[in-house]
Amino acid sequence: MSHEAVMHAHAAVGHEEHHGHHHHESFISKYIFSQDHKMISKQFLFTGIVWAILGGLMSVLFRLQLGYPNETFPILEDLLGKWAKGGKIQPEFYYALVTMHGTVLVFFVLTAGLSGTFSNLLIPLQCGARDMASPFLNMLSYWFFFAASIVMISSFFVETGAASGGWTSYPPLSAIGDFSEGSKAGMDCWLISMALFIVSSLLGGLNYIATILNMRTKGLSMTKLPLTIWAFFFTAVLGVLSFPVLLSGAILLLFDRHLGTSFYLSDVFVSKTQTALPNEGGSAILYQHLFWFLGHPEVYIILLPAMGMASEIISTNSRKPIFGYMAMVGSLFAICILAFLVWAHHMFVTGLNPFLGAAFVLLTLLIAVPSAIKVFNWLTTLWKGNIRFTPAMLFAIGFVSLFISGGLTGIYLGNSALDYQLHDTYFVVAHFHIVMGVASMFGMFAGIYHWFPKMYGRYLNHTLGYIHFWVTMIGAYMIFWPMHYQGLAGAPRRYYDISNWHFLKGFDGLNQFISTVALIVFATQILFVFNYFFSMFRGRKLKNPNPWGSNTLEWTTPINPGHGNWPGEIPEVHRWAYDYSKDGREFIPQTEPIGAGESGHH
Amino acid sequence: MAQAAIPQEHKWWSGGKSPFNVSYGKLMMWYFLMSDTFTFGAFLISYGTIRFSQEYWPNPNHVFNSFPFAGHEANLPLAFVSLMTFILIISSVTMVLAVHAGHNMDKKGVQKYMLLTILGGLAFLGCQAWEWTHLLTGAHHVLIDGQIQELNTTVSHNPWGPQVMHNGELVGTPGPVAFGGYFFGITGFHGFHVFSGVVINIIMYIMTTRDVFHNRGHYEMIEKAGLYWHFVDLVWVFVFLCFYLI
Repeated sequence: MSHEAVMHAHAAVGHEEHHGHHHHESFISKYIFSQDHKMISKQFLFTGIVWAILGGLMSVLFRLQLGYPNETFPILEDLLGKWAKGGKIQPEFYYALVTMHGTVLVFFVLTAGLSGTFSNLLIPLQCGARDMASPFLNMLSYWFFFAASIVMISSFFVETGAASGGWTSYPPLSAIGDFSEGSKAGMDCWLISMALFIVSSLLGGLNYIATILNMRTKGLSMTKLPLTIWAFFFTAVLGVLSFPVLLSGAILLLFDRHLGTSFYLSDVFVSKTQTALPNEGGSAILYQHLFWFLGHPEVYIILLPAMGMASEIISTNSRKPIFGYMAMVGSLFAICILAFLVWAHHMFVTGLNPFLGAAFVLLTLLIAVPSAIKVFNWLTTLWKGNIRFTPAMLFAIGFVSLFISGGLTGIYLGNSALDYQLHDTYFVVAHFHIVMGVASMFGMFAGIYHWFPKMYGRYLNHTLGYIHFWVTMIGAYMIFWPMHYQGLAGAPRRYYDISNWHFLKGFDGLNQFISTVALIVFATQILFVFNYFFSMFRGRKLKNPNPWGSNTLEWTTPINPGHGNWPGEIPEVHRWAYDYSKDGREFIPQTEPIGAGESGHH
Repeated sequence: MAQAAIPQEHKWWSGGKSPFNVSYGKLMMWYFLMSDTFTFGAFLISYGTIRFSQEYWPNPNHVFNSFPFAGHEANLPLAFVSLMTFILIISSVTMVLAVHAGHNMDKKGVQKYMLLTILGGLAFLGCQAWEWTHLLTGAHHVLIDGQIQELNTTVSHNPWGPQVMHNGELVGTPGPVAFGGYFFGITGFHGFHVFSGVVINIIMYIMTTRDVFHNRGHYEMIEKAGLYWHFVDLVWVFVFLCFYLI
């Protein structure tokens, strides 16, 4: 198309949005079907918080079973009915809880809740754009997520219960309804919900990429972008390229379930009905390949946004430039590439050819290189910094701590020889919860504490924030550290009751300890939710539009920016985002021109 | 910015403009197509994995050898699918002409060529419907459990297995179960894309007729629809290669 037409298209969009906030907005167009990226980001965060509470509650319920396998809790029967008959969580329900806890936390909280919230909030604000490239598709992205949420929640209310084959939903268990209650209607809900979720993720990801590439303000070259934006960019690329493969896998699974195809099934005998199924020639391992081709990039989809936000928050609150900016970008890129090349390390025990396994071991261990670069850069950014321990900063440092602890056990698991012993034990549970689950959760908390003033023009309560941080930090280690020992001893994950085995009897007390801490940590998260909603309406009001003394563009907007973000012209950018403690000044915003005699960073 | 002439030493990546000199919509379309490539890639790689793990795979020259109105005895291997492919490629050509007319702000030309593209898409879908019907309803004699039975081609069984001697004559056996699943699954998914493309093209045609693009001053939407249409065409080339030629 002609150059002129491109510019026309842009001018038209800019024009329209510039006048957007003059129009009267109804309740529905402002709060429900909003096309303002800031409101959509809040919608993602709200839904994410609801999901996080539900997902956390599920873990509390199954921890009750794991910690106290011989006790009964009559109140559970009152609340859950047949799923907790006699006050004891039933096996089918336990498996559904474990499955849904994984699905909900991985996809609905740490993908949609994290990327959806902060990519939406920060990409236009930190790139200097009035909104996303396509506000309409952005709105659709949220509503597809909402629809996915409704379908997923409704699966708890079907008679046979929610999906219970693990968050990975491996066939044949997930393909044949006769194999378990959760493989019946609940599994269909799971697949449909995931398909809707993938559409949501695609619409969001396309928008994030297009906005970052096309709509940066004048002067904001890619190498002047804050690391948050780089992280969101790579996250979106990972999502756009890996989720479609899960979609393919899910479609084939739906066909196997309902159309009699044999993509994943071969020579199946159902003992419950004493019948041999006619399916022939399929491969259950094929599903694992398709699943993990998404599944592995997915853990980086979860982790990268947390990395980006931690970089930004650590630099800002250390009052120091980020150490090794280009190395940080390069590491993100390297992780993004390697993420696509390591999926089979989840499949070492499937009968994978050991020589192929060796290649995947090598590629997996290579990820330690960019990860270590990032860790050292965070530490050297902190080194001799003038650190301000805000709650956001504490969570960002906590993120680094967890990423180191969990990352080191990843090196164990990445070795196929060790994986034969450790596969599907609590060691794996401990590893991925620390490095990906809790670490990313900490990144999310850091982001919420740091950008809450931008979202609502008020601060979160800091005292509650400190309590939240210390209980969660210590609690997370107390929950997951002991699981390493259980896993090394051979305790299998997902089992309903491991006390049936003599060699695991010694863990009774430890399991009670873990469950008790989990309950306390969960209660502390409720404290955070209270803090969030209380501060939204009653929190200390912001007086300074740039409360943390940050350089990035979002703090140049008014305290409560309208749709369009900047009332006048969009500011121009002249320098990178990390000029802290330079030339005797504490911070120099990106909008300030390079002074005479001052050298720019690049 | 609207009328700024781009100077020679212009830095494309320094912000304030699109580094590729394309609108966000086109950029999003390109990334969507990359994403969709992975969807089809996953299907085709799965197909390849299963196909080459089987001892026997049907010969496409035997499966796809019929032609509408040519009678049951006609043996025209791949003739019909070649016609389908030809129709789809021609519809891509008319799409190119529609985009070209759009560049020249030639509303009549856009209308004419969009209409031809829509017809091409519908013709392709019609052909696919015929081929599916032919496979689903066309029963063949095969040997099952020592007896000759009639078998059609579905997602769960087909008559395209290796031939064996039975009572002194060659007779077919049931083919690999995976054949039907992948054939109907992947051509169906592609057909669904063609169908979406036709719907998009119809919407583009209506918008052109209502002067939406003319008033906007450019026909970029036609170009974006064209990107999608060419992609669907390109995917068919791979489907054609994987199911009919190899």
